[in-house]
Amino acid sequence: MALDKNQIAQRIAQELEHNTYVNLGIGIPTLVANYIPKGIDIEFQSENGVLGMGPFPFEGDEDPDLINAGKQTITTLDGAVLFDSATSFAMIRGQHVQLTVLGAMEVSENGDIANWKIPGKMVKGMGGAMDLVASADNIIVAMMHTNRAGESKILKQCTLPITGVNCVKKVVTNLAVLEVTEKGFKLLERAPGVSVEEIKNSTEANLIIKGEVPEMNI
Amino acid sequence: MINKIVDNIEQALEGVESNMTFMFGGFGLSGIPENAIASLSQKEIFGLTCISNNAGVDDFGLGLLLQRKQIKKMISSYVGENAEFERQMLSGELEVDLIPQGSLAERCRAAGAGIPAFFTPAGYGTEVALGKEVREYNGKPHILETALTADFAFVKAWKGDTAGNLIFKGTARNFNPLMAMAGKITVAEVEELVPAGELDPNQIHTPGIFVQRIFQGEKYEKRIEQRTVRIKE
Repeated sequence: MALDKNQIAQRIAQELEHNTYVNLGIGIPTLVANYIPKGIDIEFQSENGVLGMGPFPFEGDEDPDLINAGKQTITTLDGAVLFDSATSFAMIRGQHVQLTVLGAMEVSENGDIANWKIPGKMVKGMGGAMDLVASADNIIVAMMHTNRAGESKILKQCTLPITGVNCVKKVVTNLAVLEVTEKGFKLLERAPGVSVEEIKNSTEANLIIKGEVPEMNI
Repeated sequence: MINKIVDNIEQALEGVESNMTFMFGGFGLSGIPENAIASLSQKEIFGLTCISNNAGVDDFGLGLLLQRKQIKKMISSYVGENAEFERQMLSGELEVDLIPQGSLAERCRAAGAGIPAFFTPAGYGTEVALGKEVREYNGKPHILETALTADFAFVKAWKGDTAGNLIFKGTARNFNPLMAMAGKITVAEVEELVPAGELDPNQIHTPGIFVQRIFQGEKYEKRIEQRTVRIKE
């Protein structure tokens, strides 16, 4: 069975390392915060100016002066701090935020990512994505393996305007976990019950497959 | 003390004209200068270039200026959530310059800090880099971005004093301190205006030297764009 969005988030949560600062993008990445493994301490950064972001507020406690980058009302945890946008991007550009998890429309085998524009159709802007992908040490993409038309989003080369070059380290989709290596995508894991053949059929890029490909532990 | 207080919003906006460049603080609808925007949307000024991270929603924030077609060009990082904006952009009525959020923040800060340009890795290899100088530092390519200034910067703070010192609250701080630095004339509106001496100098976020005019906003709607809550167990 292919994973649902929550399961993709759950799999990415297994990548979280103890005592790190993490920026989660909008969509599936936001869900990662629900699955932090026990014993792992993480501080979430939101680029609009908060570190130590907590869960959504209880009804009645919403504060218009406290939102995340998706403009959703949030809370802060003990130890949280608020700051301006230049300081926020100093944390990002200066590589103080160790991991960025974000969504994508396309990822190519050299680690390019496209997620900000479909010419003539969707022009919403890149927000902080270009700064994030240009700087983070570790970038994991969370997305569905194919688009609504069933076409592979894992490509030899991006067809959409790119957000950053050579930056994605890992991709977790509803079908597979892929690592971006110097030689292209390496298939690390497959979704429970999904065969290597099925993944190949849904992937435009070449896949490096070595030995038995284990199932994800979800 | 140099007094920055103006009597009313009309005095605060004195000198605004068509074809000027304005900056507006705020992220989404959080921390936007609501009163200045509402008042500008009543004026007969057009052909504006507006620098703001976002463009408001259809009936609030910069959406009010868009509705009256007062904006000629928008410089932002993210402009979703606004149907009229999208219509004007796709029809070519509105010029739009989309730039990475961190570069936008730093370009404002740089202007205020007297730094005309800087190199950043953000946007290298993308459309954003077209026509920009590329240089390698520490083995990594960077692009040259220039400082952004404005005839007026409109910012919003939680508290301010008559010397123009500002304190922000929560994530409503965002671009406000940076745009305050970048404006030739910075107009600050605050929820609460107090006499100089009442704010603790240790707690001030934006020093009054960056603010030319300050007033207390008449009212604040502080609209929430995405109300998200969790259920009490």
